[in-house]
Amino acid sequence: MRIPCPYCGLRDLSEFLSLGESPGARPDPAAADAARRFFDYVYLRDNPAGRSEEYWYHASGCRSWLKLVRDSRTHAIESAVLARAAR
Amino acid sequence: MHYSIFSLARAALGGHRAWTPAWRDAQPKPEYDVVIVGGGGHGLASAYYLAKEHGLANVAVLEKSWIGSGNVGRNTTIIRSNYLLPGNIAFYERSMRLWEKLERDLNYNAMVSQRGVLNLYHSDAQRDAYARRGNAMRLCGVDAELLDARQIRKMLPFLNFDNARFPIQGGLLQRRGGTVRHDAVAWGYARGASDRGVDIVQNCEVLGFAFEKGRVAGVETTRGPIRAKKIGLAVAGNTSRLAALAGLRLPIESHVLQAFVSEALKPLIPNVVTFGAGHFYVSQSDKGGLVFGGDLDGYRSYAQRGNLPAVKDVCEGGMALMPMLGRVRLLRSWGGIMDMSMDGSPIIDTMNIPGLYLNAGWCYGGFKATPASGWCFAHLIARDEPHPAAASFRLDRFARGAILDEKGQGAQPNLH
Ligand SMILES: Cc1cc2nc3c(=O)[nH]c(=O)nc-3n(C[C@H](O)[C@H](O)[C@H](O)COP(=O)(O)OP(=O)(O)OC[C@H]3O[C@@H](n4cnc5c(N)ncnc54)[C@H](O)[C@@H]3O)c2cc1C
Ligand SMILES: [Zn+2]
Repeated sequence: MRIPCPYCGLRDLSEFLSLGESPGARPDPAAADAARRFFDYVYLRDNPAGRSEEYWYHASGCRSWLKLVRDSRTHAIESAVLARAAR
Repeated sequence: MHYSIFSLARAALGGHRAWTPAWRDAQPKPEYDVVIVGGGGHGLASAYYLAKEHGLANVAVLEKSWIGSGNVGRNTTIIRSNYLLPGNIAFYERSMRLWEKLERDLNYNAMVSQRGVLNLYHSDAQRDAYARRGNAMRLCGVDAELLDARQIRKMLPFLNFDNARFPIQGGLLQRRGGTVRHDAVAWGYARGASDRGVDIVQNCEVLGFAFEKGRVAGVETTRGPIRAKKIGLAVAGNTSRLAALAGLRLPIESHVLQAFVSEALKPLIPNVVTFGAGHFYVSQSDKGGLVFGGDLDGYRSYAQRGNLPAVKDVCEGGMALMPMLGRVRLLRSWGGIMDMSMDGSPIIDTMNIPGLYLNAGWCYGGFKATPASGWCFAHLIARDEPHPAAASFRLDRFARGAILDEKGQGAQPNLH
């Protein structure tokens, strides 16, 4: 697998770390149901077979966080953008 | 057919034409008391103990492919009970005790070989951690021995003891650990279950669930609908997909783990050895191949194949530990999809839909758990109460903050 880093170009998988599926926005700790929301955010995942949105870190490169759209069945990468820009 | 020295002699005299298939390849019936989804080690063991220990024989195991095509036939066959946390030790030790009498129980040769599992340590801090784990094991009645480098030199003189960065200082040895022929575990449980009336249905993929009055009432499959009063999921890497069909999300990610086997060599490695300074472990199969592996690839995957960086990482670990490995030729490599849970520990529990039961989250260590997992899952399904040995494996432990994190890694599945 090679990942098209928007900053560094097409780079080998060995330079990257995967954080896993994007869990969505961090809940508000002051919300009334914060405990339930944090449980959801920290532990529960869709874990789809197919198109997935994930966070990856270009550790041995530009050290940017990336947001990837990737197929978990084929490892094919549809898009990679800087996570900051994706927010 | 009962297997014995006499049946072997009789069959041999008859030119080996008397052997019959070990288990029935059944056609699905329209209805069962219990349906187990997934014909891997855990599903087949669960069905066997449902029939044998709980007298339930109107049971089917539905497997989308052929039995043993999943992780039970892809693992590196290591069994051990060298855990640290109380919730884990008792469970894995129960599994070890079941392994020790499995072949007599099943009347099937599963090649259970208690050749010892040796975890090497390479620093003072690691020695202390291993001593602590060994002490925890001994307090629970599990065998553990802390060895120094001199003792290990006698056992395994070919290891790279004086590596400048990672000298081998010693190791934690569990002599009762070892290996088991993995396919034979699937076939042995299948035979035992089938003999007791369980239907083993292959090429039968579960595509959805049927619900009635808030209860699960059956499954949709590629071989038509099948009704069932109770449904147990034991689908390893596909757990999230099955749960999604029932509208549930789980604390699980699917990851690929690779393993490797070399060309056959003369007897060389007497036990299972793990490198403590990287992730690499190796044993030798009875055919002579060196069977080895290491870390997960590290990203979510449903493809039963990995990538090159993990291969390189494993080989580097191997070369650091046993430089002579460099002259051995690799024969095959493969991958399997692991149900990595958020704390690295398994789940055996009911789900919040009545009639639906979950057996999952086995990560890369579920083969050694097969007998105890089947035992506890059968108990849960038959009696609707968790088995005491699996009391720590409840699904609500994440919400309660009572996670069972053996490695202390946190909610990051690719690090467990
Ligand atoms: C490379 C590798 C090395 C490993 N090494 C070890 C080791 O040394 N020691 C150890 O203890 N563990 C090890 N493991 C882990 C161990 O193999 C697994 O944890 C364990 O086998 C999982 O349980 P199982 O046998 O029931 O899974 P599986 O054999 O994967 O069974 C699940 C079954 O469910 C079926 N299924 C999936 N979806 C459906 C559906 N919709 N309908 C019907 N059927 C379905 C699949 O086809 C599969 O046959 C290793 C795993 C791998 C991949
Ligand atoms: Zn980059």
